[in-house]
Amino acid sequence: MNMDLLIWLIPLPPLLAFAAIVLFTNRSKALSHSLAIGAAGLSWLASMVVFFTAVGREELAKHPLGVDLKVNWLPLGDGAFKIGVQVDPLSAVILFFVAWTVLMIFVYSVGYHNFGQPAGDHDKPGLPPHGATVKVKGHGHQVPSVEPMYSRFFAMISLFAFGMFLLVVTDNLLTLYMAWEIMGLCSYLLIGFWYAKPSARDAAVKAFLTTRVGDMFMLLGMAALYKMTGTLNYQEILANPTVLEMLASQAAPVLGLSWAGLIGILIFMGTVGKSAQFPLHVWLPDAMEGPTPVSAMIHAATMVSAGVYLSIRFFPLISAGWDGGGALTPAMMTLAVVGAVTALFAATIAVAQNDIKRVLAYSTISQLGYMIAALGVGAYVAAAFHLVTHAFFKALLFLGSGSVIHGMEHGVLHTHQHIDPQDMQHMGGLRKKMPVTFWTFLAGGLALSGFPLVTAGFWSKDEILSGAFNGGHVWVFVILALAALLTAFYTARQITLTFLGQARSEAAEHASESRAVMTAPLVVLAFFAITAGWVGIPKAFPGLGGLVPNWFEEFVGEMLLVHGEAAHHSLVPLITSLVVALGGLALGWWVYRDVRAGQKDPLQKPLGPVYTLLQNKYYFDELYGATVVRFSRWVSEVFTDRWLDRGVIDGILHGIAAAGLWLGGVLRNGFDLPVINRFLGDTVVAGGTRKLGAETSKIQTGRLQQYMLMGLAVVLAASAIIYFFFVMA
Amino acid sequence: MQFPILSVLIFIPLLAGIVLLMVPAQRKDWIRGIALGSAAVVLVLSVAVYALYDVAQAGYQFVETAPWVPALGIQYHVGVDGLSLPLILLSGLVVFTGVLVSWHVDERPREFFSYLMFLGSSVLGVFASLDLFQLFFFFELAVFPKYLMIILWGSPKTREYGGMKLTLFLFAGSVLALVGALAIYFGSGLRTFDMLVLEKAGFPIAFQQLWFPFLFLGFGVLSGIFPFHSWAPDGHVAAPTAVSMLLAGVEMKVGAFAALRVAIMLLPDGARFWAPAVLVLATINVVYGALIALIQSDFKYVIGFSSVSHMGLVLIGFACLNHDSLLGAGMQMFSHGIMTALFFSVVGMVYDRTHTRELSQLGGLVQKMPWAAVGFIIAGLVSMGMPGFSGFVAEFPIFMGAWRTAPLVAIIAILGVVVTAGYILLVVRRVFFGELPKQFQNIPDITWMDKLAIGLLAAFMIGLGWFPSLMTSVLQPGVQNILGLLGG
Repeated sequence: MNMDLLIWLIPLPPLLAFAAIVLFTNRSKALSHSLAIGAAGLSWLASMVVFFTAVGREELAKHPLGVDLKVNWLPLGDGAFKIGVQVDPLSAVILFFVAWTVLMIFVYSVGYHNFGQPAGDHDKPGLPPHGATVKVKGHGHQVPSVEPMYSRFFAMISLFAFGMFLLVVTDNLLTLYMAWEIMGLCSYLLIGFWYAKPSARDAAVKAFLTTRVGDMFMLLGMAALYKMTGTLNYQEILANPTVLEMLASQAAPVLGLSWAGLIGILIFMGTVGKSAQFPLHVWLPDAMEGPTPVSAMIHAATMVSAGVYLSIRFFPLISAGWDGGGALTPAMMTLAVVGAVTALFAATIAVAQNDIKRVLAYSTISQLGYMIAALGVGAYVAAAFHLVTHAFFKALLFLGSGSVIHGMEHGVLHTHQHIDPQDMQHMGGLRKKMPVTFWTFLAGGLALSGFPLVTAGFWSKDEILSGAFNGGHVWVFVILALAALLTAFYTARQITLTFLGQARSEAAEHASESRAVMTAPLVVLAFFAITAGWVGIPKAFPGLGGLVPNWFEEFVGEMLLVHGEAAHHSLVPLITSLVVALGGLALGWWVYRDVRAGQKDPLQKPLGPVYTLLQNKYYFDELYGATVVRFSRWVSEVFTDRWLDRGVIDGILHGIAAAGLWLGGVLRNGFDLPVINRFLGDTVVAGGTRKLGAETSKIQTGRLQQYMLMGLAVVLAASAIIYFFFVMA
Repeated sequence: MQFPILSVLIFIPLLAGIVLLMVPAQRKDWIRGIALGSAAVVLVLSVAVYALYDVAQAGYQFVETAPWVPALGIQYHVGVDGLSLPLILLSGLVVFTGVLVSWHVDERPREFFSYLMFLGSSVLGVFASLDLFQLFFFFELAVFPKYLMIILWGSPKTREYGGMKLTLFLFAGSVLALVGALAIYFGSGLRTFDMLVLEKAGFPIAFQQLWFPFLFLGFGVLSGIFPFHSWAPDGHVAAPTAVSMLLAGVEMKVGAFAALRVAIMLLPDGARFWAPAVLVLATINVVYGALIALIQSDFKYVIGFSSVSHMGLVLIGFACLNHDSLLGAGMQMFSHGIMTALFFSVVGMVYDRTHTRELSQLGGLVQKMPWAAVGFIIAGLVSMGMPGFSGFVAEFPIFMGAWRTAPLVAIIAILGVVVTAGYILLVVRRVFFGELPKQFQNIPDITWMDKLAIGLLAAFMIGLGWFPSLMTSVLQPGVQNILGLLGG
């Protein structure tokens, strides 16, 4: 089959599924999810074919797949803006994990939304299902109920998947931006899926607006890039040393940056919004208001990965002028600082959260910071590698947490205990109740903490640490190592609180394992969370290095025009990553191993106010509320509306009107009445006028259409008069 | 001789308007039938004109001329090019959907539909005019029906203020523009109102610089240019639904189009001289309208001010005077037209059922009127320039063009778009999501005619979003023509 066409077709099935569900199969739950999963399956199949074809190609980076088929889309500048597709090594590996995670999330959603269960007793669209009562042997029994907007959910995640596939296969920044915004829209709709919950609505708006701020900078970057180069095509800019050199050498008018630096930073702002980097990170933790599969979509398969993908994609521009060693470019420095700060800052917050999904949300922010910091110090391949492994284990963790919540909800329904099923303080001992969820979650958690050798996260994280260390950026290395220690710590805390020890609530005692349709995707993702790292074992790794080829490095590394200097083989990063991972895990387990029901967090006392600060996420929401939000309200409400529009502009208008009235009054009272009337008042004119008035008032019958026709007649008469006047003249 | 499609298009609604006035007032079904029938013919003909326009040949097509007042050099002269074509289509769409959503107007439907048809004829006449006098004639033809419809069918509280404000503003604008037009007529020494001739008159630069502001601002008042925008929100809000649709959707384009066709195309050197000033005003439009929209508590005022903001983008597109920006402005005129028509139609549907426009009293309406909610959200996405919808393919070229000429304008305007996203999302959240108030538990869903109107407008927004070349291919030659006049 024609490979170009096949790549074009990858995003299409989910879009068609979206349209079909919305238009036709809305009422049938089974049909709707079959369509959505079938479409995701087709995209998965096409992606796998493309991926394995791509893997087999020589010099794929220079000659990507799919570049021969382009369409004129929008006439801009001197020519037409062409859009097309391309699959190079970077998009190939992204495509691989997107296809897998999307498919798994879709399958999982069937179980998550309780397909096959009865409709709820009091369920309403816009609220999560509350459970249904079924009669078993004559007495009522509470069971989970099916989601009322089941079909709509599958329509929306299909559109979401479409956006992501489109983003990955496209060959230019404009279509990427389109896909990017489609995902922004989907995230808005899905975070606010349970729209009757005020918290969900607020979270949806917050997510959309915050990412939008980043997008606007990105749009500016695009405009600048387009003006400088006349194109937005990847190959023509990013694989073209002449263009990159031109951009790196010309000075932009801002901050003494080169154009490459300025555009790189502007485009990176898009990533800051989309991938929830400091200071635009505030939306992502709230985004878990949506159903859990959506969190998995946002945190792993789509949104945030797309953000990091953008920065990886534009790394050649961001690093233009960098020679592979020595001083970082200003754009790279920005990435390194933002990434490192985010990695550490979010990890500290995660330590003090009790909501199982919120911990994961902050861990996502922190891990994304890792990738950005890696890019900042030039560890391009490591960043891409961590993006892939993270997608697998984070999808796994989110789906696993959804399974835990499901099990807890089951317990809540059973016991009628009123507790928050997402709060880890009420959990404990779930490993016996939910063994599959436990083992897969453990795999994901260990991968997240970088448990040595057997997990994927270890290999990618180790790569980043050694990249930072060997590049000579010790401060980045230290920050990231600290973040890694915290990561291992809060992961151990989470696993211990959730699965180990004794149940701390009745509901937890009655939790039950989720259905196979939910646990099967967990197993598949757990497989990748373990094995995905083995394709990238560095050659220099003591003992294992060289036994298996470092396929990832060879494949994706081909994308780079400038290669970093050969790594110095230092054992420092390796030992560090071993120590922080194992130490953090052990410490976390040790501190939380026997927390009792109702007991406060063991860290609360020793940390004191710091703990409160962390628990409240450094008060960022409050800070933004008090500054940005209030300021913009003031500008629009007081300054523009009250002062300018109603004060100045309408004031002038009404002033003119009043002046007109005054003038009219003066004329009437000072001239018309005393002067005109006195002389003409009682003469023929007045009598004549009065008569004419009586005549004309006859046609004022009050019938509007006659006014209208009169109006027309007047216009015609006026034209006629002008005509004769000028013709005679 | 070819079929005089443009004349038929212009005069069918005029004729229908006159015929309607003769129908007995109690035959409401006849009245509605005639209105819908003629609106459908207008729509079909406008689509036909659009489809039959030969892009390869470009230039003015379907041209018809007839002497009108030869002694003064006044002709009946119609024709369309790439710039007016989308606006003809827009007029057809909005007139048709306007009739659909006004189906249940029960108070004097005869006069209502009759005036609506006059309004339709007026806008079509302006877009097709190639004669300056004739353009003015059609331009002014709209004044009567606009004013009457607002004060008779408008919202009781503000209709007199709104109607009066609008009429006075527009009259003032017309006077300015008329002075400019007469200056051109006498200044050229050609004793003709034919714009195709006047284009080549070669006015001296000082002359152009003197008279450009008269024409541009005079017509620009109708496009809502700052600081003469103040009629727009008040007028739109006071007007009945169909008139709001036509006012914001089409009439504001009439102003912008006339400013382009007369001021910029006849006085290109004047345009170049004044462009920076226009840019400043237009940029204020964008930000200012968006900021005020953000804090409105009245559903309809939000949309009213959003029009001020979006028309600013059109004017920015004009004032940058380059290919991308003009192309974007052309797209934006169409895109904003259908978008705001959809907005106002949904606002009307909501108001008809809930009898309130206060955002604080609305909520959860997605449950009762899902089509209206989806329609509004789609229009909202167009409004915030979301890719995949017509707003993006309109705004994107404007930003690209603005970046070339005045990067600072692009930056400020793009920030305005963030604000747009803000007010749209807030309105969507307050009106359609959240708890449904008790008193609205039993409101009926919208009718199938309303759905047809929403579907039709939304289809164009999405279709153009994905296949912009359906319109850019037509606009291109028109833009090239302007660039030629500007002396490229």
